[in-house]
Order: sequence, then structure tokens, then C-alpha cells
Amino acid sequence: MPDAKRRTLLKGSLAAGAVGVAVGTGLLAPRAATAAWPENAFMAKGVDDALEALLGSGTLEESASVRIKAPDIAENGAVVPVTVESGVKGIDSISIIATGNHTPLIASFNLGEGALGFVSTRIKMAKTAQVVAVVKAGDKLLSATKKVKVTIGGCGG
Amino acid sequence: MANPIKVRARFKEDVTEVKALISHPMESGRRKDKKTGETIPAHFIQEVVCTWKEKEVMKALWSGGISKNPYIAFRFKGADKGDAIRLSWTDNKGESGSTTAEIK
Repeated sequence: MPDAKRRTLLKGSLAAGAVGVAVGTGLLAPRAATAAWPENAFMAKGVDDALEALLGSGTLEESASVRIKAPDIAENGAVVPVTVESGVKGIDSISIIATGNHTPLIASFNLGEGALGFVSTRIKMAKTAQVVAVVKAGDKLLSATKKVKVTIGGCGG
Repeated sequence: MANPIKVRARFKEDVTEVKALISHPMESGRRKDKKTGETIPAHFIQEVVCTWKEKEVMKALWSGGISKNPYIAFRFKGADKGDAIRLSWTDNKGESGSTTAEIK
């Protein structure tokens, strides 16, 4: 029931723009943290919506210049190591998505001047799904996908 | 909490690789307490920033989908051995932590 209520509120916040964001933030994170944290993108239930909210577009270009390293089979979905590498010039950010998660956007790494196209972390996966790495370089969104089979999900209780 | 961040910064062939482990529960807000059946409130790091010489080298934005006690690694150019980097995090409850490390 609280979940259903939240969904309605989220839909409202997406539609109402800035005002909605303020409302959403107030409800979901009472002591509202970082202003720059893209709440709409992280709360989005769909991959396209999340990418649209985060990067302004959901149109990805599959590219061999993006390499994603993750296990074929993850026995424990609570800890799935993921590494993304790309030699593309002028990378602005690298985002990681798990398509099977309740909210698929896991993380986005904004790279400053001098940073190389390399990030590594550990993510939670609810079930067997695709891990998508999205590299934003200028106005291009380059991606790579890897399927990870999860034997024990890592999100629910 | 003492210092819940472990950072190692290694310089090799012009590239500095930073690896860090942060102690944090990273509760997504979707897990239920097995005894009470109540949902455990969301408590996760939303932002991790690394600065070197006042410059922001990397800023990570996270959801509760990052594993408990998060690991992060990234690489950058321009720094040298002996330089200091600073790593800081902020979570959804407004708690934060930071530490500095010397590039070795």
C-alpha cells in the first residue's frame, strides 16, 4: 500500500517538474541530501525513463569501444563486481544499469578533467538480467551490455 | 564511527589509480526486517567526490543499488607521487565522511 501511494506521487513529481521534485524529495528523503542528486533518474522504474532523466536521452549506440566486465554467473546478487572501461575521448560520465532491478539505474560516475574511462564497483542485482554500461561522450551515448545470471537475488528481504 | 573509509592511491606510468572501501549499510529501502516484517528505511550513499588540488576528478552518484560497504575504483592522469587526494561521501540522511590519502 505505501508503495502504491509512492508510485502515484512519483508520477506526479515527474509531470510537475521542479515543484514535483521538491515534493518527492521531501517525502522520500526527509532530510533532503544533495541537491545535485538526480532523484527522478534514480527512482525511475524503466531503463528508458532513467536514462532520459539522467542524460536527456534513452537512445543508446551499442559500441565495441565500451567494455564491461562482470561475472557470467553471480551466486550472490547482493555483491556483483562490475568494471567498465572505455578508451573513447572526452568522456563525461559512465553510468551503470541493471535492467532487472526495481529501479534500474545503479550509479553514474561523472568524470572530471584527466579522469580515464575506467570505473569499478560492486552492485546489487535482484535477478538475472542485463547489466548495461552507458558512456556519455559529448552528445553520444555509447553502450555495452552483459547478461549476468543471478542465483540468489540481492535486493528484497 | 571511526574512519570508515579505506583509500589507496597508486601512481604507475602517469596514471593514478584510486581504490576505496567505505563502511556503509547501503540500505535500498526495499529490504524487510525478517523478524518484524517492517521495511528497513533507505540509507545509502548518494554522492562520492574525489578531489585533487581543489579539482574534482570524479563524482559518483549512487542509488541503493550499490552493494553494502561500497567499493569504488577509478583512474586519472595529471597527479604525481606524494600528492594528496581527498575522498568524501554524503548519504541520503545527510551524513557524510571524508578522508585524505597520499598518492604512492
